Amino acid sequence: MTAASRPLTRRQPISERVIETFLFLAAALGVVTTVGIIIVLVAQAAEFFAQVNPIDFLTGTVWSASIQPFRFGVIPLVVGTLAVSLIALLVAVPLGLLAAVYLAEYATMRTRNLVKPMLETIAGIPTIVLGFFGLNFVTPHLLKPIFGSAIGTFNTLAGGLVVGLLITPLIASLSEDALRAVPRGLREGSLAMGATKFEMVRRVVFPAALSGVMASIILALSRAIGETMAVVLIVGTSPKLTFNPLESTQTMTAFIAQISAGDTPQGSIQFKSLFAVALVLFGLTLVLNLISNRIVRRYRNIY
Amino acid sequence: MNASFVETPAKTTAQPETAPRVHIAMAGQPAAPSGPVGEREIAVELKDVTCWYGSFRVVHDINVRVAAREVTALIGPSGSGKTTVLRTINRMNDLVSTFRLQGSILLHGQDLYAARTDPVEVRRRVGMVFQKPNPFPKSIFDNVAFGPRINGFKGNIGELVEASLRRAALWDEVKDKLKQSGMSLSGGQQQRLCIARAIATEPEVILMDEPCSSLDPRATLQIEELMAELKTRYTIVIVTHNMQQAARASDRTAFMTMGDDRAGFLVEQGPTIEIFTNPKNRLTEDYVSGRFG
Amino acid sequence: MTAVTPPAAAAPRFEPQLMRRKLSGTIFLGACLLAIGLLLLALILLLVSVLTAGVQWLDTQFLTSMPSRHPQNAGVLPAIVGSLEMGVIIGLITFPVGVAAAIYLQEYAADTFLNRLLRTNISNLAGVPSIIYGIFGLALFVRVLTLGDSLLAGALTLALLILPVVMIASMEALRAVPNSQREGALALGATRWQMVRGSVLPAAAPGILTGIILAMARAIGEAAPLIIVGAVGFVTFLPAPIGDRYTVLPIQIFDWASRPQSDFQGIAAAAIIVLLVLMVLLNALALVIRVRLSRNIQW
Repeated sequence: MTAASRPLTRRQPISERVIETFLFLAAALGVVTTVGIIIVLVAQAAEFFAQVNPIDFLTGTVWSASIQPFRFGVIPLVVGTLAVSLIALLVAVPLGLLAAVYLAEYATMRTRNLVKPMLETIAGIPTIVLGFFGLNFVTPHLLKPIFGSAIGTFNTLAGGLVVGLLITPLIASLSEDALRAVPRGLREGSLAMGATKFEMVRRVVFPAALSGVMASIILALSRAIGETMAVVLIVGTSPKLTFNPLESTQTMTAFIAQISAGDTPQGSIQFKSLFAVALVLFGLTLVLNLISNRIVRRYRNIY
Repeated sequence: MNASFVETPAKTTAQPETAPRVHIAMAGQPAAPSGPVGEREIAVELKDVTCWYGSFRVVHDINVRVAAREVTALIGPSGSGKTTVLRTINRMNDLVSTFRLQGSILLHGQDLYAARTDPVEVRRRVGMVFQKPNPFPKSIFDNVAFGPRINGFKGNIGELVEASLRRAALWDEVKDKLKQSGMSLSGGQQQRLCIARAIATEPEVILMDEPCSSLDPRATLQIEELMAELKTRYTIVIVTHNMQQAARASDRTAFMTMGDDRAGFLVEQGPTIEIFTNPKNRLTEDYVSGRFG
Repeated sequence: MTAVTPPAAAAPRFEPQLMRRKLSGTIFLGACLLAIGLLLLALILLLVSVLTAGVQWLDTQFLTSMPSRHPQNAGVLPAIVGSLEMGVIIGLITFPVGVAAAIYLQEYAADTFLNRLLRTNISNLAGVPSIIYGIFGLALFVRVLTLGDSLLAGALTLALLILPVVMIASMEALRAVPNSQREGALALGATRWQMVRGSVLPAAAPGILTGIILAMARAIGEAAPLIIVGAVGFVTFLPAPIGDRYTVLPIQIFDWASRPQSDFQGIAAAAIIVLLVLMVLLNALALVIRVRLSRNIQW
């Protein structure tokens, strides 16, 4: 039978190897980008640090980039960023976790189909819109009636509230995934012992999902720290070391945007300072993201 | 591929059957060769085959000879490695990176695991039908045409599709809806579609991995009848858990079981009638009479 | 025959207090609903405040004019054109690159150290703040590639920003295709690329397309990176991809909202409405694609 004696060899066509190479190059683009970002930030920041002592930069408590005498202590910007982010977490963690528990444990198919799109809508709103909302509604119509003249037109609290709204869907959906991943056996076991549903959630399911929940909170914090447009209109342009959320300050991201959008000449020390601030910002978010990944990976093997 | 593919469909020889019990003569069994395999043309031969996944030995010392244009059944309890052995024949185990094979497997005398052998070409010549029907989410026509198209078929693809569907006993049921999705068919129809799909690449051997285990009894019977027709053109190797099915539908049977070291080995092989009525090995007798497995 | 007497009634060892415990549960559920209600309220307040501020400014003159120093005459046309141009360019870049990378990582990459590095790298990139991408784009596209303040430089920057998102979404769509499909194709004698192109990609197409459209919607709403690479808020012509300055809707909104006059706040709100409509259209498109294309696919 001639068909049977045909050889089984067929050299792999060149096109297969070529295709695989192209695909690999596309995937390697990710690494190239990361390396590129690090190189750019470090190189440009180095130019800045040639003129400004890095220790003074990292520990100084006065930031005055546009007004003489120029001082470049980054602490006020960091504190401003962290203040906004922490207020955001104070809003987003309870709201997000309650929504997550509801979606994972209590919601019917119908309510789920209402709540999830709502969360996705909030997540999809462009951040400039949230900034506009903070400027035109939250400060004048929500905060001013409460705090009166104690609160300025630009303040940290409004920024924190708005960013909190922004990151709530992130916490909600990631935590919901973490809760859903808890095996049915654990739930059924606790119910079979006579626990109420709330007790099952509080004592068994939630602790089991804790690592995923914590990872989601850290990711949300990282997101809040990196947020620009939602805060740039609201928080202000006067970085100062203050812990009063009713005052105006400035975040790292807003400073970078302000310098870029303005008339600052590109070779000036002010312009170069934005790269140093960006380096701090990048480092901070990178560390947080790595911690979050670590937590997820370390505790994922339990099941 | 020069043969003409348009032909009149073969008539099905439908045999009435009672539920066959194992130790009686097979009803409806076509004239089965009862002599040793050596007298028949051999399609596939496994010689001293041992397989590992990493350091775990799955099967060892497998020597099986599959005669051409017959149905050979691999039976045995779960874990005996039957599916692993089946998948060595079309090199599907290669997809697992830790898989290793020792020994040789010959397809009409050619070594399937030689260094120069291309597994892709092997898989065109050795087709496979899976446990759960897995049609592509494409039209019925495109499902059957997929194999020929990727293998560079030059000819009238419409005729090839029709011939394959006819040989899979599916043509009459789908000829008016070739554009519909393959996934809109019933389970039994999907499996016959998968058979048509496998046939379309003109394989020499068709491997079937428990093809009826997710089908209802009526669909199962249809597939078994189909196998009786298919074997006039193709060599068929089938893994099955269903002893009655092996007894009904196969010409030769090989029985494997799992040893104490959790590695599978071949216990006995021979004409089906002998395996089921007069097995030479105690283990075989225990299995086919239902004492274990 | 001795009678079996039940044990003496022991003092109760369990005090279930079921009522109180169930009450806690109800209170908790109430808190959940309250949280969801607050979120819904915030969303409604946001939409209502934008609508009431902006709808009076929204007319055809607004949609078809250039910006101006006087809010009454200002229009949002260059911003709309800029956003659409940018969307197209971004889509053309991220679609092939993102899907190709996802195919490699999901279908070709063995579990080697290099490939695991590539994968974790993608998820790290997805978490980098958008403004950092702006800085990178400034260095690479604006300066090194001398694209200047052009729309193309902005589009490339945003394409890099959403590339990790597209990759992750595509990888998930590919992962969702069951292995039985891959085995079915391989068993017919397909090479790996034939398997991917003929069987896996068509099955993953709805998920991939949806992911790309949603990522593009996100890119269209971005402003921070564009501020760094030089988008401006006062463009009185329709920008070409290279050689002209340009603007997009979020930048225009930012520019107007930064001005203290309340009229400018009003037209900023109107521009927001235009942007939101655009996003709704994109999301609806993604939904339609997902529903229509996955009609046949039930695993």
